[in-house]
Amino acid sequence: MANLRQLWGGRVLEEFVKDYLIECQEGLEQFETQLLALERDPTSKQVVSAIFRVVHSIKGASGFLGFPKMAKVTHQGEELLGKLRDGSRETTPAVVSGLLGLIDVIRRIMQSIEATGTEGDEDDSAFIAQLKALQTADPAPSTPPVATPPPEVPPEPAQPEPIAPEPTLVAEKPPAEPAPSHAPEPSAESPTAPASALTDSTIRVDVALLDKLMNLVGELVLTRNQMLRCSLVRDEAMFQASSQRLNLITTELQEGMMKTRMQPIRNLSSKLPRVVRDLAIQCGKQATIIMEGEETELDRTLSEAIKDPIAHIVRNAVDHGLETPEQRVARGKPPEGVIRLRAYHEGGMVNIEVSDDGNGIDPAKLKRKALERGWLTEEQAASWTDRELLGLIFRPGFSTAETLSMVSGRGVGMDVVKSRIESIGGSVDVSSRIGEGTTMKMKIPLTLTIINALIVSAGGDRFAIPQVNLVELIRLKGDAIGAGMINLQGTAVSRYRGKLLPLVDLNRVLNIEAEARPTESDAVNIVVLQADQQRFGLVVDRIDDAQEIVVRPLARQLKSISCLAGATIMGDGKIALILDVFGLAKDLDGTRDRTGNLTARDDQPASQPIDESHAMILLRGTDASPFAIGLREVDRLETFAASTIEWIAGRPLMQYRGNLLPLLDVAAWLTNKQWLGDTSDSTWYQIVIHEHEGKRLGLVFDKVLDIVEDRLDVRGEASRTGVQFTAAIMGRATEVLDVPQIRDRYEESLRAGGVAR
Amino acid sequence: MNSLQQVCTFQIDGGLFGVEVKRVQEVLRHHEMTRVTLAQKFIRGLINLRGQIVMAIDLRRVLELPNAADEKAMNLVIRTEDGPVSFLVDKILDVIDVDESTFEPPPPNLHGPTRRIVRGSYTVADRLLLLVDADAVLALIEQPASS
Repeated sequence: MANLRQLWGGRVLEEFVKDYLIECQEGLEQFETQLLALERDPTSKQVVSAIFRVVHSIKGASGFLGFPKMAKVTHQGEELLGKLRDGSRETTPAVVSGLLGLIDVIRRIMQSIEATGTEGDEDDSAFIAQLKALQTADPAPSTPPVATPPPEVPPEPAQPEPIAPEPTLVAEKPPAEPAPSHAPEPSAESPTAPASALTDSTIRVDVALLDKLMNLVGELVLTRNQMLRCSLVRDEAMFQASSQRLNLITTELQEGMMKTRMQPIRNLSSKLPRVVRDLAIQCGKQATIIMEGEETELDRTLSEAIKDPIAHIVRNAVDHGLETPEQRVARGKPPEGVIRLRAYHEGGMVNIEVSDDGNGIDPAKLKRKALERGWLTEEQAASWTDRELLGLIFRPGFSTAETLSMVSGRGVGMDVVKSRIESIGGSVDVSSRIGEGTTMKMKIPLTLTIINALIVSAGGDRFAIPQVNLVELIRLKGDAIGAGMINLQGTAVSRYRGKLLPLVDLNRVLNIEAEARPTESDAVNIVVLQADQQRFGLVVDRIDDAQEIVVRPLARQLKSISCLAGATIMGDGKIALILDVFGLAKDLDGTRDRTGNLTARDDQPASQPIDESHAMILLRGTDASPFAIGLREVDRLETFAASTIEWIAGRPLMQYRGNLLPLLDVAAWLTNKQWLGDTSDSTWYQIVIHEHEGKRLGLVFDKVLDIVEDRLDVRGEASRTGVQFTAAIMGRATEVLDVPQIRDRYEESLRAGGVAR
Repeated sequence: MNSLQQVCTFQIDGGLFGVEVKRVQEVLRHHEMTRVTLAQKFIRGLINLRGQIVMAIDLRRVLELPNAADEKAMNLVIRTEDGPVSFLVDKILDVIDVDESTFEPPPPNLHGPTRRIVRGSYTVADRLLLLVDADAVLALIEQPASS
């Protein structure tokens, strides 16, 4: 009988095949979900009938369009399901495995059809025979059904036809993981096989929603007409009324349009039961997955982006999280582990939690691992909280698995999950209780195209900063600027809640001249931002307001600029650039490397801001020898020209904030001299201002070298009065000054009226 | 019979230039621009073209000329595979028909930046019209931004 393929050629057929593939895909998803329901409730006739219908319609369409292999395979599947339906055969685990195998074969043939237009050259006769055998009895127990790899794994390694779709067709959607090489791969990989490009390019929209959108567009047209008339007759009241209407319609249209892009989480979670089932069998565990809030909706592109991370987390939960049934029973838990996936809306974000009731993660174990790898020093490890330690699992190259299993622990780990989630503006967090289980909590924004942003100005231009990265706004005024900001050779830091916060000047990053540099009296605006673990302050000229903005991508040629994420059009029609907070944070590292500053703390995670109580400022004395002062002794750092120094009664002084500030050249004082430095007008000095009981003293140095942490292994005895101890800092023997002692001695000498110490 | 080609002509620093009309999407008067300071030096900024964000390339900078005195450059919006891109020029003139037979490759003594973007020349009413190769201009901004 001539089939359609011979009767029709070209476009008509192409359209038919396209529809056919989309239908198959949808059918398969249903098939898979129903099948797992069947495994739980093997007697349900309803579920069997539903599966039967799916397979039947695939078979019918395959015959119609002339795909004989598909028709043959589905025919046997249908026969088997028929037996189940009329009750002449029972649903055993072997039957379920056989049917799962059927799904894999159908999917493979579909991919082949989509890629090449043919069904591929693979021989399915063995599998067909297996399905036939299943219609009468379970296979011999010598091959336990659960361990039988589904026949999608062909025994012959040389395949003439690659199963993965050809790159030309899926080019716009490169698979996140390399397309699974089918021969040695476990069957658990099959659900993550590259999704069909065809089914991803279409979307089903509720007709009622579409009607509503059409109505809104109608209203929009009417409003436009009204406004056009307004501009002719110049009727102010009418103009206002129609503006308001326009505002309303736009908002509704925006919401409605968003809804068409929304998909329930179910679309991605429906594949998880299969993943859990296959994986549990493979690891010799028992596991089930419970899902809550599957109807929670998420933007298409986002749900695509979190598909792999979620599958990865679920795989991890089964592989690392859950214990073996024996261990579980020994601990008084039911043998079957439970993975729970919970999705819900909260505060304009979608939260997705994946939790297991397994082992939990032991922070002590993480600590050991981190120490082994040299990521932490003993001291740091001791001060870290369990929560901070748990965060270690997101570090690249971290794996707690004792042995690498086939499924996880292959190097790509939670760090990839984290960066994927963060790349879409989300966050991921872990919490765990030993013996009770682990929970991964993801926060995903509803959409990427419209975001809340803070608008700031720098150099007369406006910039948008995504709200998700925003921590706090700080405004320093007058004296507080000096107290709050310390400038270290172009690397500014600020005191922020007892810690030092690295500062980035937006003007400098973007190479723009400031509107007017803040002077002492002006305020400094700092936007505290969080990128990854790094918290930093962005100095901007002005903070404007918060707004909802529409994100537009930048031209391809501008994408290499790491500190820009996109652009948006503001209310006045002008364009504002959107800052990429992660890119700015990178710039922070760059600054450090370039100036060689702050390198002393490279041995610890960049996320750790300097603990002020341990920080030291490294200075060069007027005799060029290095000194260090604990930062807590430093109230201000100032730079002064030698010409501003005055001499009264043989003592150097300078005018400072309406007072006279006594100066002390430390290097000179230590060697019983008055002054070592050059007093020519062109020389500049760095003055460390120390304040005690309302009295200030200015310690004079040549320049500031660096800021370092007081984790000094080599300590020597104090060499002379005024020195706490000597230490090797950045490879040089450095005297750490005892400022209170210097101050006291200096005051004593004042009273004694002499220069002597 | 001589074949005719339509060229959209414009002026930069007194010189007469043109681009094939089929590459031109539209022409606009001076538009307010948002600068992108870290971008390549030829990229002057972004303009809002009816809600679409379009990159503007300053042909004066491409030709290594000083900025114009009045700074009211006009936009010649060019079609590209990646969407429209605007060329900033001093003044946009008429669309004219040029006689293909008067086409000449760039004169050998034409050096410097002009050579990079000019495909050839036509003689129009005793004036020399330099035909700008839009793709050559776009190729100039393909190099990553110099930091």
